[in-house]
Amino acid sequence: MKKALTFLVLLSILVNCQRNVEPEIRFQKPAHFPEPHYDFSYNPVTTAGFQLGKKLFFDGILSRDGSISCGSCHIPSSAFTQHGHDLSHGIDDKLTLRNALPIMNLAWQKEFFWDGGVFHLDLFAIAPIEADNEMDETITNVLEKLRRHPQYPQLFQKAFGTPEITLDRFLKALSQFQLMAISANSKYDQYKKGLTQLDAQELAGLQIFQQKCASCHKGELFTDNTYRNNGLPIRRFMLNGIDTIDTGRNRITLNEQDKFRFKVPTLRNVEVTRPYMHDGRFRTLEQVLEHYSQGVQDSPTLDPLLKQNGQLGIPLSQDEKDKLIAFLKTLTDEEFLRNKLFQQE
Amino acid sequence: MNKLKLKIGILMLSVGFFACKKQHEHSEPAPDPNKKGSAEVYFDNFVGTQEFRLNTTYTNSTTGESFKPTMLKYFISNIQLKTANGTVYTVPQMESYFLINAEDPASKKCIINNIPEGDYSEIKFLVGIDSLRNTKPVEERTGTLDIAGAAAGMYWSWNSGYIFVKFEGESPQSTAAGNKFRYHIGGFGGYSSPTINCIRQVSIEFGNDRLKVRQGNTPSLHLIVDFLKFFNGGYQLKIADYHTVMFSPATATIAVQIANNYQNMFKYDHIHDHGH
Ligand code: HEC
Ligand code: HEC
Repeated sequence: MKKALTFLVLLSILVNCQRNVEPEIRFQKPAHFPEPHYDFSYNPVTTAGFQLGKKLFFDGILSRDGSISCGSCHIPSSAFTQHGHDLSHGIDDKLTLRNALPIMNLAWQKEFFWDGGVFHLDLFAIAPIEADNEMDETITNVLEKLRRHPQYPQLFQKAFGTPEITLDRFLKALSQFQLMAISANSKYDQYKKGLTQLDAQELAGLQIFQQKCASCHKGELFTDNTYRNNGLPIRRFMLNGIDTIDTGRNRITLNEQDKFRFKVPTLRNVEVTRPYMHDGRFRTLEQVLEHYSQGVQDSPTLDPLLKQNGQLGIPLSQDEKDKLIAFLKTLTDEEFLRNKLFQQE
Repeated sequence: MNKLKLKIGILMLSVGFFACKKQHEHSEPAPDPNKKGSAEVYFDNFVGTQEFRLNTTYTNSTTGESFKPTMLKYFISNIQLKTANGTVYTVPQMESYFLINAEDPASKKCIINNIPEGDYSEIKFLVGIDSLRNTKPVEERTGTLDIAGAAAGMYWSWNSGYIFVKFEGESPQSTAAGNKFRYHIGGFGGYSSPTINCIRQVSIEFGNDRLKVRQGNTPSLHLIVDFLKFFNGGYQLKIADYHTVMFSPATATIAVQIANNYQNMFKYDHIHDHGH
């Protein structure tokens, strides 16, 4: 009797505990997505690893003077872009070369940056930390600061079993947080899963998109992960006092044929990632479509898809533009943008 | 009397000779490939015939330019040793990454352990880091390759890859601010698209000399690395023309030519049978 009672008490405690426990954080591939490119086998996402990565992502300790975190330029509610800025603002308000990219569905990406210069997500964070116009810190010093910190050694212990803070662990934790930023539940996804309908305007937009845009903005991720020149007029600009032309992929391959090619960006959540293009030159989707229909410039590396039958660009009527924009807005994923899991605490 | 002295002298000389010969044989028995020993490889930096020192001004008489180095670091990796009869010993890769740093004299000595006993007549190595390692996950970049440790400053984070040779200094011929020259040479051939490859393999034979590796006896090999050849090789690098060569479309071909130059900087100097 007594035994049975203790058992019951124990059971109810267990059940109660169970109820309060947050669900474990694990990577799960959305059913309609292809297999991820990231190899999770040597960096499986865990709750403790994710939480550590999240704390690091929003912590100014990664910058020289504590003023800038990854989250300063990658704001979750703007699909992790720096809303409203054409070129991102870093430390001492210095400008970056380019417009911030979203941190979203990175597990499916092979290479990172507008020019694909970094080929592993784990290697990524070193770049913004050490760039003098972003965080202007050394990775060696960041690790030293974390080792001396009252909380981090403990958090590393939770995530990796021992309190040791190594570059490998630091980068893996940051990756775990970023890999979980998965956007796969927009109205468009709901429609694909048969859970909702698109209206006539949106459906017509989807069709135009498939005809005119999907050869580059391909598949469920809306990119074919290649580098292309979509005919933006070449721009000279002063970057922190230096006369600059951004030649894109050419900076990485040093190949003439890669001049002015940039990564085909995903279009998921494109409604909230303005401004657009690698240098943030367009403030609205209308301007983007205006570019494709009227503004495409010829050059030796212009993508052949934008110069078919001797005609530059993609012909689009006003009606087609409206429909395309209606469709692009179905890619907005409210659940992702408001997800508490990614918000700074 | 005199004859006797002479005889004794000859006797002593021959005793001494045999004794010496014996001792010699005793210290270097025939190599037993089942036994392991160690060797030291020294990379002794020079500018022509002068020792290389930071903050010292040198003149390149070929170009008439002068230069004062303020930093010099380079990676040596993937070392192989070969005996005269062709047996090759490849140092296990993770024990075969060395960063020579002019600021740290100890770094010019590379110690290789667990070498099968043998009389080695040739060394091969890479200047730079092999392309495969350049693409490895962070957990396989420890020791010399640790981007947050030994390799800090020898890595391009925006264009993932190691800098193989970093040579900086000042020269009155440089038109850059502060008369600086900066050569950061790297590029392992590209990850998904081909690009420049500045990894260079070097082979050096020791002539009639042998690096006699035996258990309990660590010989040392001294190589001369002549940085004058960094400028004066198949390509004539003038600081006045290029004060800065890094990974950039504008200087890609120059970087490759510099790599061709640095491939020929290395030369055999001497071997000490018993270390240092
Ligand atoms: C000063 C603003 C700024 C800071 C701080 C910053 N980033 Fe970024 N981030 C950018 C910009 C701008 C880009 C695009 C740059 C480019 O392509 O050249 C970018 C791109 C990225 C990408 C590439 C995404 C893709 O699709 O290729 C990742 C991943 C990323 N940042 C993660 C981070 C992390 C992690 C941190 C903190 C360690 C961080 N960023 C700090 C501005 C910033
Ligand atoms: C030839 C390939 C190609 C085609 C076809 C194409 N795009 Fe793009 N798109 C790109 C590239 C490349 C970029 C990035 C260019 C840059 O920033 O330099 C881009 C950028 C964009 C952006 C900006 C996204 C951002 O986050 O900054 C939008 C929006 C866009 N495209 C929409 C469309 C639409 C709509 C169509 C069809 C009318 C279309 N694209 C057709 C290659 C293409």
